[in-house]
Amino acid sequence: MGTWVFLAAGWVLLIALYGLVTSRNLIHAIGCLAVAQSSTYLLLLAVGYRREATAPVYSDLTPGTRPVVDPVVQALALTDVVVGATVTALLLALTIQLRKRHHTVDPQALIGLKG
Amino acid sequence: MTARARLAVFLAAAAVIAAFFTAECTDLPPFGTDSHPYGERAVAAALDRRTANVVSSVNFDIRAFDTLGEEPILFGTVLGATLLLRQARDERHRRAEAERVMPTTRLFGALLLPVTLVVGVYIVAHGQLSPGGGFQGGVVLATALHLAYVAADYRALKKLRPLAVLDVADSLAAASYSLIGLAGLIAGGAFLKNVLPLGTFNTITSGGTVPVLNAAVGVEVACGLIALLAHFLDQTIERTDPDQQRYGDT
Repeated sequence: MGTWVFLAAGWVLLIALYGLVTSRNLIHAIGCLAVAQSSTYLLLLAVGYRREATAPVYSDLTPGTRPVVDPVVQALALTDVVVGATVTALLLALTIQLRKRHHTVDPQALIGLKG
Repeated sequence: MTARARLAVFLAAAAVIAAFFTAECTDLPPFGTDSHPYGERAVAAALDRRTANVVSSVNFDIRAFDTLGEEPILFGTVLGATLLLRQARDERHRRAEAERVMPTTRLFGALLLPVTLVVGVYIVAHGQLSPGGGFQGGVVLATALHLAYVAADYRALKKLRPLAVLDVADSLAAASYSLIGLAGLIAGGAFLKNVLPLGTFNTITSGGTVPVLNAAVGVEVACGLIALLAHFLDQTIERTDPDQQRYGDT
């Protein structure tokens, strides 16, 4: 298996970027951005994985009896999720504004600047 | 740029990214490796501070300063959405209509809303012990309130949702995180230092400042998310669409 897990994260990123580049609808593009971001969760959790290990939570585990996976990257993934949710919310609000002012959500139809 | 040219540029860039990414991945420590120096130190530090959930300890104790930076992101998003989704000049306010709901749906909402609220508070309060914490519990709390919209109508949700109070609570919770940090500075000599008594391992009062910071974040996330969703829902339910009046389309 080895490197394939890391490469899967890269594949998810590239497929999401492909979606972004060819997108004809901003809602779809925001979805693609969320997929691109989820590739970072995959990479972070893959980096922190340890074979035969359990979750780094000691409420039902005596310390020292079992190895645990890396909690630092899990905390980073949590930060990642929060930032991803806020970015999605702001972009959706911007899309609503665009629909109101330019009457389209197709990024390829947005060519002129309007004051 | 035509769609075809854009795709060609993307494919070239993607090939470069893929090549470098693959080359770097082969240099990474192997997947599932036994050597996690930062992880082991974080686990030792968390156990030392009697916090059973190591991820919470990393977020609210070891890296508490980073979470302080994460909070304004959320706060700024709520402010930004409020600004972007305000009523435009060519929009009119329209009162939400009372909706007919199936009695079973209504019963489902009435039973599930209090249960979900309790689950949300539980997840916030046990963040230092079991998986969960302020961010996760806050989202559950905000979702619980919106069961009123699912099981009744928008008028019922508006009655349950004192937006002015929630906005103030959101700001106070965001400010209290920094104030807890300042308390650490005054009492312990370092910003966000864990100065409270650490308590007994694996009890709800353990972890020192971790449960307090979790509570502050829980309130901020819940209030912020409700305010955020309120602006989106207002836009859909309570505004007339100027396009519809002008063009008659949907």
